[in-house]
Formats: sequence, structure tokens, C-alpha cells
Amino acid sequence: MCTYITEKAKLSGSAKGARGWMKIDTANVYFDHPVHAPFDHALNIDFVSEADGAPERVAVELSAESARELIRKIEAALASGEEAHVA
Amino acid sequence: MSYRGMVAEVVKFKGHNGDMIEGYYARPSGNGPFPGVVVIHHAPGWDEWITEATRKLAHHGFAALAPHLYHREGAGLSPDDAAAKARGDGGVSDAQVMGDVAGSMAYLRAQPQANGKVGVIGFCSGGRHSYLAGCTLPNIDAVVDCWGGNKLGEEKEGRAEKRPVAPITLTGKLTAPLLGLFGNDDKNPSPADVNVTEETLKKLGKNYEFHRYDGAGHGFFNAPRPGYRPEQATDGWKKVVAFFKKHLGA
Repeated sequence: MCTYITEKAKLSGSAKGARGWMKIDTANVYFDHPVHAPFDHALNIDFVSEADGAPERVAVELSAESARELIRKIEAALASGEEAHVA
Repeated sequence: MSYRGMVAEVVKFKGHNGDMIEGYYARPSGNGPFPGVVVIHHAPGWDEWITEATRKLAHHGFAALAPHLYHREGAGLSPDDAAAKARGDGGVSDAQVMGDVAGSMAYLRAQPQANGKVGVIGFCSGGRHSYLAGCTLPNIDAVVDCWGGNKLGEEKEGRAEKRPVAPITLTGKLTAPLLGLFGNDDKNPSPADVNVTEETLKKLGKNYEFHRYDGAGHGFFNAPRPGYRPEQATDGWKKVVAFFKKHLGA
């Protein structure tokens, strides 16, 4: 399946790419053919700064299963971290 | 009989709106005349495999040109980064792709080795583009749609501006012969989708041939991917080459 279906997450943060650290404001999230990961389809995320015209990206390509595991771990880290650090 | 050599290079030519874009151009060695084939890449972009497919067609006697449909996304970006940028912008419009395909056809016909005939082949989203080109661009001599999905108008909301017309609705305007290759395990286009397309072609009396492969899903020509199916791909390539030879006169 080749589609342009893309979920856009608005973010506030930074990412480190080939040229060093950059601000990011968007994650383009899509399930389609990866470039490098050895799957027919992968959950792909491109972290970009759309405010700067998205001249570069930090990219990941994950299997569907590992993407779901990542979601669980993000939720777990947020839950325990916020409990420890946020009043 | 030995093999014929080839020349393969990146060329620049006028695409949609007269924009200069890049293309990967491979043709057999010698003076020709050679028929031309425009090779349309899939949504993930102008990748290494599309250059291999282009050289394969040159190996079989065609002057083949694969336009970089995301060239405008930024000079100096790697093809995969350009593809990611295009996706972030909602993909490229059908109008722009058709302009780039028309420019590719003009480039091929302008070469001194050209025999004047030009076919179009596309893979995945490029299969959809190939079908669309066959229905909307003049002077195409043969069309090959390799598992193009989203031809029936199932585009999601919000994308209509760039892809406003379902290609299936334009089938009446198709003038060139059409070859379609599909995997029966594909979900887009599903076998039911392919049935709808085939029924439409049949009803309108179009010159087409469809081949559907068991044990194959989407993108089964694509050797670097797990979905590659060597037996089905070998047979499919034979059909592509025979079809183009028949209609383009290689």
C-alpha cells in the first residue's frame, strides 16, 4: 500500500539529527513502506520543524509491534516520571 | 549472443509548469531507434530500486526515464528525505505528476535515438499515476499499472485538493492498451478493487490484460523488501517486457 495518509502530531521539543540539535514542532506519523527497516510496512515517524520549512528530519521506522511497545513505554515513563518530578 | 551495453545517467528536463526536474535515464548503447518508457516511482520515492527497474527496461531495449517526482522538495535532499518532506506536505498533486510525466515523455521523444513511441509504467502509487496518465495525457502508446491502489475514489477527506478525481471515473478516456499486474494478497488494491477496475474496462470495451498472482501481495517486484516474490516477479517482468515490445516496437 502506497498512500499519503499521514497523522500529524504537534510537538514542542528538540531532536538531534545529522547536523546537531534542532527545535521540532511536528511529528509526521504514517504506516507505509519503510526505506531501511526490513519490513513491507512500518510505523514511520519523521520529527521536523515545519516552522523552519522542514529542511531536515529525524526519522525512525518501527515494526507495528515495536511501535505499540514504544507507546506503552512512553506512557509508563510519563506516569512514573511525572509522579516523581511533578508536584 | 552477448549482452548489449547501456548508458545510465541523471538528466534534467522540463516537467510540470516548465520546472526543471531530475530523472534517472537509462537506454541501450547504440543509435537505436529505441522506444521510450516513463517509469513512475512509488510513494516512498525515487529510490535505488526504481533505478534498477529503469536499467532493467534499458537492458530489454527501451530508453527508460524515471522522473524524480519529489525533486522540488529541495535541492540537496536525499531522495528518501525528499519523499518524507513531500509526505509531510500531503504528497504531490495529480496535476503536478501528470505534468512531470508529460515532460518525461517529451524528453524521451526528443532524443535522437527515439523511435517515437512511449509507454508508461508505474508501481504502487505510481501504478495509479500510470493509469491516470493513460486516461488524461495524449500520445501514450502503452500503459502498465503495477498494483496501483486508490483508483476507485476512496481517498480520505482532506486530500481531495491534490487528488481531486478518482482515476476509475476517467477510464472512458483511456486510449492506449493497458497491462495490469496485481497480487491477490494485496489490500490496496484488493482483489475486489481489481474486479471493479476490470469490470469498468470491460464494460467500456477497453484494450486491457490483467494478471493476478497468488502468493503475492503489494510490491512483489521489489527485491529488497520481504514482499518480494521471485517466481511471480520473474513472470510479471516477462509480461511487462512482452507487452511493451508488442505495443512500442522494441
